[in-house]
Amino acid sequence: MKYIDEYRDPKLVKLLALKIKQVTKENWTIMEICGGQTHSIMKYSLEEFLPENIQLVHGPGCPVCVTPLEIIDKAVNISLQSDVILTSFGDMLRVPGSGLDLLSAKALGADVRMVYSPLDAVSIAASNPNKKVVFFAVGFETTAPANALAVSVAKKQNLNNFYILSSHVLVPPAIEAIMSAPEVRIHAFLAAGHVCTVMGYNEYIPLTEKYKIPIVVTGFEPVDILQGILAAVEQLESGSYELENQYSRNVKKEGNIKAQELLKEVFDVVDRKWRGIGLIPKSGLNLNDKYSTFDAEKHFDVKNIQVEEPLECISGSVLQGLKKPFECSAFGTKCTPEKPLGAPMVSTEGACAAYFHYKKTELMQN
Amino acid sequence: MELNCPIPITQYKQVLLAHGGGGKLSEQLISKLFLPQFNNPLLNQEHDGAIIDFNGTRLAFSTDSYVVQPLFFPGGDIGELAVNGTVNDLACCGARALYLSLGFIIEEGFSMDELWQITQSIKRAADHAGVQIVTGDTKVVDKGKGDKIFINTSGIGLIDNHVNISSSKLKPGDDIIINGNIADHGITIMLQRAELQFDNEIKSDTAPLNEMVQSVLEISENIHMMRDPTRGGLASSLNEITKKANLGIELYEDKIPIAENVKNACELLGLDPLHIANEGKILFFVDPDDTQKVLAKMKNQKYGEKSCIIGKVVEKDPGYVRMKTTIGSTRIVDMISGEQLPRIC
Repeated sequence: MKYIDEYRDPKLVKLLALKIKQVTKENWTIMEICGGQTHSIMKYSLEEFLPENIQLVHGPGCPVCVTPLEIIDKAVNISLQSDVILTSFGDMLRVPGSGLDLLSAKALGADVRMVYSPLDAVSIAASNPNKKVVFFAVGFETTAPANALAVSVAKKQNLNNFYILSSHVLVPPAIEAIMSAPEVRIHAFLAAGHVCTVMGYNEYIPLTEKYKIPIVVTGFEPVDILQGILAAVEQLESGSYELENQYSRNVKKEGNIKAQELLKEVFDVVDRKWRGIGLIPKSGLNLNDKYSTFDAEKHFDVKNIQVEEPLECISGSVLQGLKKPFECSAFGTKCTPEKPLGAPMVSTEGACAAYFHYKKTELMQN
Repeated sequence: MELNCPIPITQYKQVLLAHGGGGKLSEQLISKLFLPQFNNPLLNQEHDGAIIDFNGTRLAFSTDSYVVQPLFFPGGDIGELAVNGTVNDLACCGARALYLSLGFIIEEGFSMDELWQITQSIKRAADHAGVQIVTGDTKVVDKGKGDKIFINTSGIGLIDNHVNISSSKLKPGDDIIINGNIADHGITIMLQRAELQFDNEIKSDTAPLNEMVQSVLEISENIHMMRDPTRGGLASSLNEITKKANLGIELYEDKIPIAENVKNACELLGLDPLHIANEGKILFFVDPDDTQKVLAKMKNQKYGEKSCIIGKVVEKDPGYVRMKTTIGSTRIVDMISGEQLPRIC
């Protein structure tokens, strides 16, 4: 596969592994922000290629994982109201709320549909004028422009039966939250390539300076990730802390201006609750006043739904890189992908599910 | 009699689509709810069908239901699938498929023209596979109480004396051979559903494999096990086998055949081709002494030109499938958890 196979080249992987080994002198802990990167690291067992003194920890960059329990309960509640069609991406349907997940709501008779694009949800609304169509919009800066587009298309079409239940989150405030935590032990970040494709990387430069920490914008294939790690270690060993762009084949410094303008047109930056982490100031996107008639939380009476996270789930510590998934007493026993206690066990990009799927024999043997 | 539901009601109060998805929830439903109730030696073989011994004559008996949407897709349709699926299940038991039953559940209002097309397709597929439809049933349900048409086929076949296929015969060192590209069927259905257009048309691989199986069984008495990796894909079939045989499996990622356009579609949709359904693929577990002979025979067959070795049975890590990745590391290959896509067959 052109443009992908080059980044899965076994020779290049070995060469990079060797270089990383040569460069690394101290112990370093590096966090990959994005769940897509976590998935690749597990899928290709990339840790096999790293020296023991480099530890990877898996950040909060899986949107499914950080979506708070109460917004899932809100989605389930809305889906069970009459004349509602609730749409979302596949993974979101399996995330457990405090009671049901959306697939169970579907089994109870709710009209829950998986879509591949928020624009599909707009089409469903246009062809079902007697139904209220809700798109459960989760994701980082990567998916937000498509959702913004869906809302603006719905407005242009004068649809009054389309809503989004928004749980959009932003990466830079999450990095701030992790770096401000008292137990922080992260030495460098691999930033999420796709997020930076949209947003560029200007907003990360102040973070490198404020926390004196290297940030490398990194892609998702094995070669990308190893190059990102190499760049981070080279900086750490030489004492520098700069923004580097490993993913330059897609990421420009200023990002995608058109997409950013669309976000500004439709959304406001708001405080947002993250599952397992708690409230992070200015870390989310919500529809602004101009588009508030499309806001599902305003239309459906779900404001009062408030839920606490289960105590046993340590997803907060996992998402902040403080603990590994297998350090959880419920991992693989009470908590499995079929019956997850916390969201990182649900999505294929969640750190717990990735460990469960790809590493369980090693864990059982250790 | 067990009065309490053995799958805790608190866990799933309703049946979910994933309970029919061929992955872990399906496995739970079968192993906890069904098997203990109907417990008997024939059922407990947990094969693709039951193998029944009538005074030295061995029969294989198998059943399958077909609910695929869309009914017609590139490379086949629900009728062809209904014949090939049951023929292949019998073949995996080592049987020559002889007779099929055919049951229709049709929704009121279904197009007569489409029913005719499906019937013709069943006839063609049965002729092609060399089986006869010898009994049948038709039910029509109210509009809105079904989804166009569901088909059930059951089949019986005869097993030759020298043939003995069972997971208990698997041995460390057995080679695993597949007869061609994986993931074609599941991706075809998924692209149809999502209405995604690809430059090169991807087609379902639905095919009757009985002729190839028979020709292989004629030249080798060292076929230890066969399995058609349908729902849940290669990963789920291999995991089931490792657990049943209490042995491990090692796969070689760079040897697993997959068409370039299917690989692209998987990348685009974020899917693992090892979890995607096949309808014309079969895995042979062969004593290494016979591997080359079997491979050569398979490559001469209509549905076996691309046959190749993709892995082997090992002692290490019983119950687990490990894969040597293309970049040289090793990872676990797990069963699919929920359903990747409902109603693919």
